Amino acid sequence: MYFMIPTDNFVVLQNNSTSVDLSAIPVLEYVEFCDVVQSLMADSKNHIANYYAFQQTDQYLFICAILRDEMHDIVVFAHSEPLGLKELPSLTPAIPQIHIFEREIMENFGVKFIGHPWLKPVRYAHNRRDKSQIMDNYPFFFIDGEELHEVGVGPIHAGIIEPGHFRFICNGEKVLHLEIHLGYQHRGIERRFVELKKPLQRAVLAESIAGDTAIGHGLAHAQLIESLTGINVSERLQIERSIALELERLAVHMGDTAALCTDVAYQLGQVVNEALRTTIINTTQRWCGNRFGKGLIRTGGSDYPMTEEFINTMLGTLDDSGKRYMAMADRIYTLPSVLIRFDGNGVVTHKQALSIGTVGMAARACGIPRDIRSTHPFQAFRNYKYTPVLRTSGDVLARGVVRNIETRRSLKVIEELVEMHKNSVLQIAKPDYTSTLNPNSFAISLIEGWRGEICHSVITDANGEIVHYKVKDPSMHNWMALALAVRNQEISDFPINNKSFNLSYCGFDL
Amino acid sequence: MFQEIKILKQHGIQYVPDLRKVELTGLFRGRPVIDKDITSEEEDLLIDICPSAAFCKEPFSLNMGKCVFCKACAFALPDRIKFTNDYKIASNTLEGLIVVKGKDKPVELDKSLIRPELRRLFKHSLKLREVSAGGDNSCEMELNAAGNVNFDMGRYGFEFVASPRHADGVVITGPITENMAEALDICYHSIPKPKLVILAGTDAISGGMFHNSEALNRVFIDRYPVDLYIPGNPCHPLTFVNGLMDLVEIE
Repeated sequence: MYFMIPTDNFVVLQNNSTSVDLSAIPVLEYVEFCDVVQSLMADSKNHIANYYAFQQTDQYLFICAILRDEMHDIVVFAHSEPLGLKELPSLTPAIPQIHIFEREIMENFGVKFIGHPWLKPVRYAHNRRDKSQIMDNYPFFFIDGEELHEVGVGPIHAGIIEPGHFRFICNGEKVLHLEIHLGYQHRGIERRFVELKKPLQRAVLAESIAGDTAIGHGLAHAQLIESLTGINVSERLQIERSIALELERLAVHMGDTAALCTDVAYQLGQVVNEALRTTIINTTQRWCGNRFGKGLIRTGGSDYPMTEEFINTMLGTLDDSGKRYMAMADRIYTLPSVLIRFDGNGVVTHKQALSIGTVGMAARACGIPRDIRSTHPFQAFRNYKYTPVLRTSGDVLARGVVRNIETRRSLKVIEELVEMHKNSVLQIAKPDYTSTLNPNSFAISLIEGWRGEICHSVITDANGEIVHYKVKDPSMHNWMALALAVRNQEISDFPINNKSFNLSYCGFDL
Repeated sequence: MFQEIKILKQHGIQYVPDLRKVELTGLFRGRPVIDKDITSEEEDLLIDICPSAAFCKEPFSLNMGKCVFCKACAFALPDRIKFTNDYKIASNTLEGLIVVKGKDKPVELDKSLIRPELRRLFKHSLKLREVSAGGDNSCEMELNAAGNVNFDMGRYGFEFVASPRHADGVVITGPITENMAEALDICYHSIPKPKLVILAGTDAISGGMFHNSEALNRVFIDRYPVDLYIPGNPCHPLTFVNGLMDLVEIE
């Protein structure tokens, strides 16, 4: 249990607070590091938010951040290894959820994790260690058998969506195994954060990590830089940012409900939800001139303080669209022809979800109360008691219903945040593009985007320049959940399963 | 059944009747206008502020193909530069995307450069294949939206299709990553001639914030002719549909 670990094995941080000296992070021997990870992970209320390596002049520093939901904190610890390190024993067999992070380290630094069951490239990053590994040679699993066949889909899909390759091994119509091969969207985002020196450039870049989560990632970045500069933003701005985040959640949940209806051929559900999504993103456009909220979130302040006129328009739209949404959703989730496709389809069990470290609404559909708004509150959620929406069946229906209830909840949250806004002091600064960053520091920032937990972390050098930037989209954890969900399902049910998660390709590929 | 009828009634008519004449919010960041009296020092200030190097000095101008529409320049010098809510900013030439100081005229296509067969063949039916090559999913969602109940570009015969074999052209979003370059090339070659190439969004036109990133491979842009550039971050569905209408000359 974690309370038995001597506290000098890690440093305890709070979300949305100040940065720490890089030297404050305890650097352990690898054996000791593994012990700490294992003892922390013995508690199912803890999960790994990030584990990555960073090349210093004379060594690799491996940093691990684990979230303790009950303690509402983040524990950070590290191990260091010499440059040219060839291998380490893998933790994946004991702690499956670390699998993706070990794969990423292998790809970037060539460290082989011995005992890892599928130590394959993650995204074919441009700066990967082994350039002989190319997209076309991805080592897919295969099963020999006369009755089995493979189905390959992508990278270009039928609809207008991002590229990725799905390889199914099927027995007749039934999926035995799905392997998801990504990397097509890799733009070199993390390197870009180090290359681009101006704060505004980085803010714009953060909004492009995943355009459907421009506010979520933009806010994770702004919060991170505020940790590093010591800027405290006003209560009013925190409320406005939180409203923006909930608007984003509303829009996507409605859009995804439309997509789910499309895939079960329920056209009314599709068109009504599409039109409803339009009303929400047009509200965001009315606020800041961009339907996705690009430009709305900036470090230290805002260029678009909410006006009373805007608030009234927004509340009017939300009231109208909310009522229309509820009437539609009540129909969708009682309609037998829809339910028969959603119910019991694509189950991820509670145990599976815990073991692979699922986060966000996908985890909540499996009964895991993981929601950064309540476990590691940030911005206005520090003064707002939010309780996660839970369902336990882990199927498409559960993911749909979690979206349905969260949509209703977000409408209410916004209403209550507006009340808090009315009582807050009229004070919103202009964005800050000049403050210097704390030198030799480490900072971490968590946001509950509509998909789930977004984590940005950063390391600065002696001059306060960013030398390492790490982005983690919730999709990093959750693609595996999709692969597990479709096992033993009809291959024709893949689209609704895919839509029920709606994971990010670009947020994963970076 | 009655519930459905009630919902339909509540839903009402959603389509935008005239896509040419929509009045977007004044905050919408569309076609920029630079004051003709801007001083040399002010020009240097804007060049320094711009996150994507969209300004050019001689003559002082803003390239919408590079602009990420963050509006930081307009916040710094509101009297010298403003973003109008004019969403009709698509062009068939790169020069058409450049807004020189003192110019406040709508963007128009250079009709002399539009291939005559485009109008002849595609005026009543234009099927497109979309390829996201590093797009951040905002442009992709806007292209999806162009076909939804609100913008309904299907009324003009514009439609996205599932296969390049069924398509008359390709719409590219994203800065074109190295890892997607080959698939894009294969897709392009699968489309029967004559075919269109459309770049949607600033990332596709210039690379945007990813300009010069080592993870990109933009050989495609140099190799094949581009018929239409649609700026925006992301491009607005109205910008996209109006651009297509201009290209095939629908009034």
